[in-house]
Amino acid sequence: MKQGMMKKLTAGLMAVSMAVMIGGCGGTDKAPAKSSGAAKMGVISYLTGAGAAYGESIRQGLELARDEINAKGKVKIELVFEDSKGEKNEAINAANKLIHKDNVLAIMGPTLSSEMFAIGPMVNQEGVPIMGTSLTVEGITEIGDYVFRNSLPESAAIPQSIKRAKAKYNLKKVAIMYSDNNDLAVSGYKTIQQTLKEEGIEVLGVETFADKNTDFSAQLTKIATLKPDAVMVAGLYQEAALILKKARELGINVPVVGNNGFNSPQLIKSAGAAADGAVVASPWFPGKDDPKVKKFIADYKAKYNKEPDQFAAQAYDALQIMAIALEKSGSNTDRKKLREQLAAVKDYDGVTGKFAFDAKRNPAMDVNVLVVKDGKFTELK
Amino acid sequence: MFWQQMVNGITLGSTYSLIALGYTLIFGVLNIVNMAHGEIFMFGAFVGLMIAVHANVGLAGALLAAMATGAVLGYLMEVLALRPLRRRKVSELAPLISTIGVSIFLESLALRLFGAEAQSFPPVSSTQVFDLAGVKISMVQIIILAISCGLMLVLRFWLEKTKLGKSIRATSENIETANLLGIDTKKIIVLTVMLASALGGGAGVLVGLAFNAIEPTMGITMGFKGLAVLILGGLGNITGAMVGGLLLGVAEIFSVAYGVSSYRDAVAFGMIILLLFLRPEGLFGSKEQQGGR
Repeated sequence: MKQGMMKKLTAGLMAVSMAVMIGGCGGTDKAPAKSSGAAKMGVISYLTGAGAAYGESIRQGLELARDEINAKGKVKIELVFEDSKGEKNEAINAANKLIHKDNVLAIMGPTLSSEMFAIGPMVNQEGVPIMGTSLTVEGITEIGDYVFRNSLPESAAIPQSIKRAKAKYNLKKVAIMYSDNNDLAVSGYKTIQQTLKEEGIEVLGVETFADKNTDFSAQLTKIATLKPDAVMVAGLYQEAALILKKARELGINVPVVGNNGFNSPQLIKSAGAAADGAVVASPWFPGKDDPKVKKFIADYKAKYNKEPDQFAAQAYDALQIMAIALEKSGSNTDRKKLREQLAAVKDYDGVTGKFAFDAKRNPAMDVNVLVVKDGKFTELK
Repeated sequence: MFWQQMVNGITLGSTYSLIALGYTLIFGVLNIVNMAHGEIFMFGAFVGLMIAVHANVGLAGALLAAMATGAVLGYLMEVLALRPLRRRKVSELAPLISTIGVSIFLESLALRLFGAEAQSFPPVSSTQVFDLAGVKISMVQIIILAISCGLMLVLRFWLEKTKLGKSIRATSENIETANLLGIDTKKIIVLTVMLASALGGGAGVLVGLAFNAIEPTMGITMGFKGLAVLILGGLGNITGAMVGGLLLGVAEIFSVAYGVSSYRDAVAFGMIILLLFLRPEGLFGSKEQQGGR
């Protein structure tokens, strides 16, 4: 009886997987790779699930760039989208399909750093160039020579905001606060310490808190008596907003320099007027007085009827960079040539600023350092 | 800095006291720890927030709405989760587990209704800050302290002097005797749970105002602090809840102010353990176990 059921089950499963395979094959037959003369780019993105908003922005940024590139006509690009659902094993399946079945030239994505750590080694081994557009943790491009990213790692963003704040506010002594039960905030704190040391800024005191804390009065009262020129904070926007509020209440009216956690409109929404003076580095600044940025925002709005965010802007630039390398390599099939040309990209002027890859295939670019003024992010000059 | 930290500690402590009062009332009468109190507190905060944002009735209106919500939730909890167990004379652990169930239910409900993101009250006049010789006290801090001290005094007076209060105390002394004396203990129990939950709901609004972050999981952390205060002050003792709350708040703040901020909870709770070694009954608790179900 039991065995019979197992047999039925196995048969059923096989039928289903056959159907999937056949269906999958049918899909590729419709999209011939060579006849259109387009280079096939695979995209692995977080398109369904809790983080689908990120994946959606990335998809839209890529599609906008693809349409522009194809309209220009120097190279032709075809995008093949795969959904990773934010899961490592789905990302691995997607990468396998793109490389072995769709035979793509290169891959854009995936959305999450954890997904890149899962698929990066395999993709690198196959010799397929892969470029992340939204990955900010350490160690991404260390996976291998074929792994690129055009998103600025936090370890590069924080020093820039501290340097800019130092120049602007003449910082000599500062206090630090960070969330000690959050990995991102702890690594942010280390970067802050390192940068302050290099810049010769004195650290008056270090205070900690934990994610989900709501009372910061003791730490901030302590900091208030130290009279720092600025406060450095590494944490998420929720706690950051409460810290800003309490700090202003206790009369700490100096600039507050934050990590990437500050990089959210939610910060201003929940801190209100207290957010004024918050400094953060951001790859994307929609208020920039630059015709390219304005055109990108207008085109994006016309197509998707919403404002582009950081993820859309970074994805847009990533495909433009890919197109430059593709044009120089002069081949729609040579992955090795594409990698060489990609590594050599420099002086690209994109919507997120001037761009080049450094020796480790991370972006070497100027980041926008923003300061909140009258309830809005503005450029810190 | 010492006085400023003192003010910080007393503000934080008075929010703990407010929550502990609700625990203490229920424990005094029913001899159970109401694990859902933190979630009733959280629900009160959210209802107060919704009222403040959409109805424009000011702080008093938000507070009243939150207390009413708390009372209704308390009533439902008593009727649906506590009374059926009491009738069957099950072990003392059963109502504890039952209230844990209520707390999980309320938290999930809040997640669905209000979302996971932290929200804050719209800025009101109570964000005003006074400066007394370098010590900064905000209107919210004064309101919280005044309300929690006021509540404690009213509660004590009410329990000591009024007929209803005396009935509650008689019920907490011994349920059977109270019954024999002609007290409707069923009514008294419902009343106590509703009163304690209303206090919890009100505390939610005040804490939400003080710290400006209202979210579905806030009940757990605050609930545990209230529980610690309940034990610190002595089970079922109202003065103990008040003083214990203030002590815990001040201890936490001072361990940050003069120690290392990473150890704030460790220091505060370490002190509680030490105190329990010396006085197992808590600061104001009496030696013999009292209260009946």
